[in-house]
Amino acid sequence: MNRIEGRVKVTGLATYAAEYPVEGLVHAFPVQSQIAKGRIRQVDAAQALAMPGVLAVLSSEDPPELAAAASGELALFQSREVAYRGQLVAAVVADTLDNARAAAAAVRVGYDPDDHDVSLRADHPGLYKPDTVNPGLPTDTEKGDVEAGLAAAATVVEVTYATPVLHNNPMEPHAAIACWDDEGRLLVYDTAQGTTWSRDILARVLGLPADRVRVVSRHVGGGFGSKGTPRPQAVLAALAARAVGRPVKAVLTRQQMFDVTGYRTPTIQRLRLGADAEGRLTALEHVAYEQSSTLEEFAEQTATPTRIMYATPALRTAHRLVRLDVATPSWMRAPGEAPGMYALESAMDELAYAAGMDPIELRVVNEPDTEPHSGLPYSSRDLVGCLREGARRFEWERRDPAPGVRRDGEWLVGTGVAASTYPARRRPSRARAVRREDGDYLVQVAAADIGTGARTALTTIAAGALGVDPDQVHVELGDSDLPAAPVAGGSMGTASWGSAVVRACEELKSDGREGVADTTEEIEGDAQFARHAFGAQFAEVRVSSVTGEVRVSRLLGVFAAGHIIDPQLARSQFIGGMTMGMGMALMEETLTDEEFGGFLRRDLAQYHVPACADVRDVEAVWLDERDVELNPMGSKGIGEIGIVGTAAAIGNAVFHATGHRLRELPITPAKILMSRF
Amino acid sequence: MKTFDYARADSAAEAVRDHAPGTMYLGGGTNLVDLMRLGVAEPDRLVDVSRLPLDRIEQAGDRVRIGATVRNSDLAADPGIRARYPMLARAVLTGASGQVRNVATVAGNLLQRTRCAYFQDVTRPCNKRRPGSGCPAIAGDHTNLAIMGASEACVATHPSDMAVALTALGAEVHVTGTGGDRVIPMPGLHRLPGDEPERDTVLEPGELIVAVELPPPPPGAMVYRKVRERASFAFALVSIAAALDVGADGTVAGCRIALGGLAHVPWRAERAEQALLGGPATGEAFLRAAEAELEQASPLPRNAYKVPLTRNLIVSTLEGLAS
Repeated sequence: MNRIEGRVKVTGLATYAAEYPVEGLVHAFPVQSQIAKGRIRQVDAAQALAMPGVLAVLSSEDPPELAAAASGELALFQSREVAYRGQLVAAVVADTLDNARAAAAAVRVGYDPDDHDVSLRADHPGLYKPDTVNPGLPTDTEKGDVEAGLAAAATVVEVTYATPVLHNNPMEPHAAIACWDDEGRLLVYDTAQGTTWSRDILARVLGLPADRVRVVSRHVGGGFGSKGTPRPQAVLAALAARAVGRPVKAVLTRQQMFDVTGYRTPTIQRLRLGADAEGRLTALEHVAYEQSSTLEEFAEQTATPTRIMYATPALRTAHRLVRLDVATPSWMRAPGEAPGMYALESAMDELAYAAGMDPIELRVVNEPDTEPHSGLPYSSRDLVGCLREGARRFEWERRDPAPGVRRDGEWLVGTGVAASTYPARRRPSRARAVRREDGDYLVQVAAADIGTGARTALTTIAAGALGVDPDQVHVELGDSDLPAAPVAGGSMGTASWGSAVVRACEELKSDGREGVADTTEEIEGDAQFARHAFGAQFAEVRVSSVTGEVRVSRLLGVFAAGHIIDPQLARSQFIGGMTMGMGMALMEETLTDEEFGGFLRRDLAQYHVPACADVRDVEAVWLDERDVELNPMGSKGIGEIGIVGTAAAIGNAVFHATGHRLRELPITPAKILMSRF
Repeated sequence: MKTFDYARADSAAEAVRDHAPGTMYLGGGTNLVDLMRLGVAEPDRLVDVSRLPLDRIEQAGDRVRIGATVRNSDLAADPGIRARYPMLARAVLTGASGQVRNVATVAGNLLQRTRCAYFQDVTRPCNKRRPGSGCPAIAGDHTNLAIMGASEACVATHPSDMAVALTALGAEVHVTGTGGDRVIPMPGLHRLPGDEPERDTVLEPGELIVAVELPPPPPGAMVYRKVRERASFAFALVSIAAALDVGADGTVAGCRIALGGLAHVPWRAERAEQALLGGPATGEAFLRAAEAELEQASPLPRNAYKVPLTRNLIVSTLEGLAS
């Protein structure tokens, strides 16, 4: 189905957070820390306050009132301590954006700097074991005897992989407009992946009851996780609006987005794999080293996919975290799975070569009967089907496994394969469905359409449940005044909201007028299963023996992700994820400035994501799965699995092309040249 | 962005007359306006020269005169340029994006500033932006920066593709200023950073580029190749503009090599050219020539890859031209 809001988007009529016409609007622009660690001695706003149009300067000199519960990245201007370079330390409110920005440059911040530490190392003395990893998973798991398994193995692979700091770069910048009314109620137009949660957090930070805050996000221009929780611009707009008594808009620049909207932690991952003569794993160990800020603990679940992928008698996974003088990392499309499966699936390829096995067969012989770390049955799992179908389409049987032997002029050609996986979960949601006077149906849920097509998918789901034409169904979302719903995150949106929409529609059908649903009890009653989507990704790359340039000539993803609700929307999620995976493999990298702290390459000219010319032949297909243990639609989330495994498939193909294994992303011409030529 | 005055000049003479300290000329604005937004450039006054009647590509005897305000897209699409100077058309097409090329001018392309991350961030030191403040790129991120002709003050690279081709072609830059008109042969327009990295070119304050003149194309085949990790809309890691004329006896009768992404200037590889002239047009000779040029290289830890990359690129490009 074509996107319902497609026309208003391509004609520029869709209203994004920064675009709401609000009368009397003024602008806030942040001042950012220029040291990586230390204490603010003084904020001198005298010059800024004297500049044209300036209404107020907010800073820790006179901390704006926030609730005691406000903490971390959202506790703006509450403390004089500086946690990282780029942190918001003050803000100017002025009549125009230009005046606010000019005055922000005139705010003089004096610091007492301390020595900073911004470098992740696997031997950092500050490494510790967090209590849990995102989103509340066990930090470590251990089953069987890894050392014994390795000792008994016919083939052992011990490798370390590294991934860099990566940044979400949604097209729409983080932006908020905050308006207080005369009764002290707050309305925020924000770029939120979930208005219910955004409202709850803003209310908590500001010390307001949740019913006095409303968050509206009708259209969101991409989030990938970076808009999953409120970001400082929303709090800034609210504080600034309260300070000047007028509505305030705060829009982050692209560079500020790099600084304060989260990022994927860099990782160092150590893997040890042992296999017997038939290629069956005798031991599998995956330890991830990662960073967080001194403000908040965010522990990415990097090693967790290893808990669910392959059968092995000995399995250990662990995460160690160090708190550095850096911004707080956060969610980026497939947190955990994307970096973790890069390392695991690269290591599996190394094991296949070491054992002299085909990498697909290696995965097939290690297919588990139950989820390895929990022993739970899978609600459905068709990794083998994906591998087989992909192999057929990619003509894998004609592949010569020998690395570094295929040439097309100066170009070395290789192919690689990797598995994908992502959890298929759902969360409680509410929804309401009513029959309108004109006979059409109105479906309300505080879901978010962050560019995924959620509005369209929910229309399809509601029309199916009601047994009516989709033209007769009108879905309202993106407003915290609608029935409460979880965020568009963790690939849980459609499954969570859709469950509630189906139940509301079922009730409407029996009631005739209205149906309301709350799926909390239903989900509590879900049977114990391991629920995951799986996939297989195949890449063909060409590597220039002259320049080290890598071009991906073909990418194929085959996914088993439950019932696909809308093929058109699903395809764009899969190939979008795969394209982002290509960026992760070959170009995306934010550098940390060791000398001054903070990040370098903070714009789209320097932080490269794939251009159209890089995306030559990307194809996604899926196997139909019927899984009744998921939700009323039988669907698994598809927003993230596309990025999982892509980088490994490309890296494995680069090895097949060149005979050189590069274990640090991104795989750049520089690394190819220095390793090979 | 700092508030500025804006004036549009009707003639080059008027633009030059209008120039005063704090004035900058505005062409397509694709780089200057970005730098103003970043606070890197803070002119008091812009004199818009983008609509001067300098937008023609004209044949003048056996030479071609390209007006300063010719848009990059028009230059790359010009049939005469494509036929006689294909390396130039190719170089321009590898730069930026279609939208940027539609706006960017020839003179502006020559005068664009380095994309060094430190230069573009006013909160960090940079000798080019704030003389004497230091060069953090040398110890920090210099992955894409210079390996040739750099100084302790600056390791920036010139980002233009077009300028590399113009350097290989021996183009002349026609300039007018209060001191009169003059002609600057490429690669003489740009200068090495030395201890004055704030000066990108030899232009005097107020001098205005009015045209670029191309001598007849060198005999033999010519090509431009750009290396980058992303297939489009990325600056060169290294690029090469080369022309090679192999005589009937198999020796090199003529040779032009210019390199981008290596230095503060589009780098004319004179040592390599000298090494090749009169010698055999073989892979071995190409390799020796490349190594002769790269003896001058002083790479830093993170850009050392540019040495093998440049060597490979020179050899491979010349081999392609020789066959």
